[in-house]
Amino acid sequence: MTAPRDREGRLAWRLTGFVTLCVYIFMFAPILATVILSFNASMFGGFPMTGFSLQWYGKLLANEQVLTAFRTSLWIAVVTAIVTTAIGLVTAFALVRFEFPGKQVLGTLVILPALVPETILGVGLLVLIKAVDQPRTMVLLILGHILLALPYVVLIAQARMVGIRRVYEEAALSLGASRRQTFGEVTLPLLLPAVVAGALLAFTISFDNTSASLFWRPAGVETMPTQILSMLKISISPEINALGTVMVVVTVGIPLIGGLILQGLTRLRRRNEPKEEV
Amino acid sequence: MMASTQMPRPVPAGVSSLATGVRGGTEGPAVEFRNIDIAYGKFVAVRDFSLAIDKGSFVTLLGPSGCGKTTILRAIAGLVGISAGEISIGGRRIDGIPIYKRNIGLVFQNYALFPHKTVFDNVAFGLKYRNVPKPEIRQRVTEALEMVRLPGSEKKLPSQLSGGQQQRIALARAIVFQPEVLLLDEPLSALDANMREEMRVEIKKIQKATGITALFVTHDQDEALAMSDRIVVMNSGVMEQTGTPHAVYEQPETRFVASFLGKANLLSGTMTGVAGGRATVELPDARKVTVATDASPAKGAAVTLVLRPQKLAVGAPAGADLVGTVTSASYLGSSVLYEIDSGGSVLHAANLIEGRPFEEGETVGISLPASGVVLLDADGRRLR
Repeated sequence: MTAPRDREGRLAWRLTGFVTLCVYIFMFAPILATVILSFNASMFGGFPMTGFSLQWYGKLLANEQVLTAFRTSLWIAVVTAIVTTAIGLVTAFALVRFEFPGKQVLGTLVILPALVPETILGVGLLVLIKAVDQPRTMVLLILGHILLALPYVVLIAQARMVGIRRVYEEAALSLGASRRQTFGEVTLPLLLPAVVAGALLAFTISFDNTSASLFWRPAGVETMPTQILSMLKISISPEINALGTVMVVVTVGIPLIGGLILQGLTRLRRRNEPKEEV
Repeated sequence: MMASTQMPRPVPAGVSSLATGVRGGTEGPAVEFRNIDIAYGKFVAVRDFSLAIDKGSFVTLLGPSGCGKTTILRAIAGLVGISAGEISIGGRRIDGIPIYKRNIGLVFQNYALFPHKTVFDNVAFGLKYRNVPKPEIRQRVTEALEMVRLPGSEKKLPSQLSGGQQQRIALARAIVFQPEVLLLDEPLSALDANMREEMRVEIKKIQKATGITALFVTHDQDEALAMSDRIVVMNSGVMEQTGTPHAVYEQPETRFVASFLGKANLLSGTMTGVAGGRATVELPDARKVTVATDASPAKGAAVTLVLRPQKLAVGAPAGADLVGTVTSASYLGSSVLYEIDSGGSVLHAANLIEGRPFEEGETVGISLPASGVVLLDADGRRLR
């Protein structure tokens, strides 16, 4: 009686494995193709490979336009990450710790930009700017990125904040720390994982945002994604593969490094602790 | 030790009634509540609560959950606002000032040690915000850790300590800066039974050694009886009775106090006569019992007898006040607990064992206490 069931189980298991494999191939094959082709010696941005070469990276480094776009994207992403994290933390703190009329509504409104299609947001902000007769500036572009990233940071910080028991804050207050000192010495350190995660996510969201940036960027300013887009209009050059690879490395690498640093810090602190005496 | 160098010597713990909150000399009560109300919207959590706590005494707020005891504690701490009345600490009115300026030590049920800080930083926290110089902080933290018998644990994180150890650190953290009053919010209820007994003794010892005024909140009557100089029994936001553990246990003022503090047999009946400190009560099944009491209620009044199980002597039926059948006998080694069916009502009796314990089904006699039986009136208030 057990044999057929076993066979059935094995089959199900294999099927699951197969589907999983397909999903992973589907997800990563395009990225892998881009990365591999960025090292292709061929003049054309596609298979077959004709040899290994770093020439496209060299070309990138010599391309002033690309370098400018990279620098622009980088500092926009850094500013967005810092500002969004600060606003997001305070918002989450208020939404979790205080009771006030309209709290539910406010909580939903903060999340809304994440639900509205980016193109609509892009057009909306643009129309608004035109209506009040303001030029498109870098400030506008950064504000737009903050708008896009804020819901995610708030969600992350809120989830963490809910897990921080109020008694820690009450204990700090009872010991003589003011509300501001309590936030700085107790709440914020306990929120640290959310701070790091939120900042990294905001950075990534800003760094690889394309559609909204197309609407918002000032005339003559390119970010990395818009730069790639405008290069694509001319041809699929292998340079784009190299540029794509750089994008992948930055957007995947930075959160990864951030996570590792955080983990390392925790481990370091653990190691400095004395062993428990028995 | 800390006690001799830094803390004032304890004033003998006294019991003051509300009216005589100020005891001889110039010293006022350490903590005083005057007619405070605490309401959350329409729900009144505490109603017209007044209490004066003597310096150096250990006072317990006892009651079931939802009786308002924790709310009162949080009101002194400044974590809950009061709707009416006044609270003062050391004669200084504090109900308008923020929690961090109140100089109180707070110990929570779940320890609430800062998980990201070492034991040292946890204990030093209150000193740091009082601008105590660093060398002195180090010295006082060391002393506080010695006092809670965890010396040398400075560098550990709370997660490396057991529940009992964490609660000791929490206690050290709350007393190291010599607060005017130590507030303990069910500090033992998260611990397991053995640890609880140990910590009970420990807390009491430390409180005595430091002479700190302590307000302890619990729903556990054993803790309240064992630790307190004075117990305040709370029920649905109202103070039912306040007094020494002995007074509250022996002379409950209300039916609630009688049944909440320890077990009590409550026998209802009608007064048929009082003479010379002895009252005769007719029970529903027409039996009459005569008890020794200080009360002198009117003839014909409905009364309830409050009889503690250990005051009911179980013996031979002949000459006893009540006769009944043993329905359950639990042998506990040094004592035995009986459930006795007497005329339809079940009486609990706890007796030390002399000779052979009675067995289930045996007919026994119950002798009522020779003095001080408390009688309650129809409203559940004690008759005088």
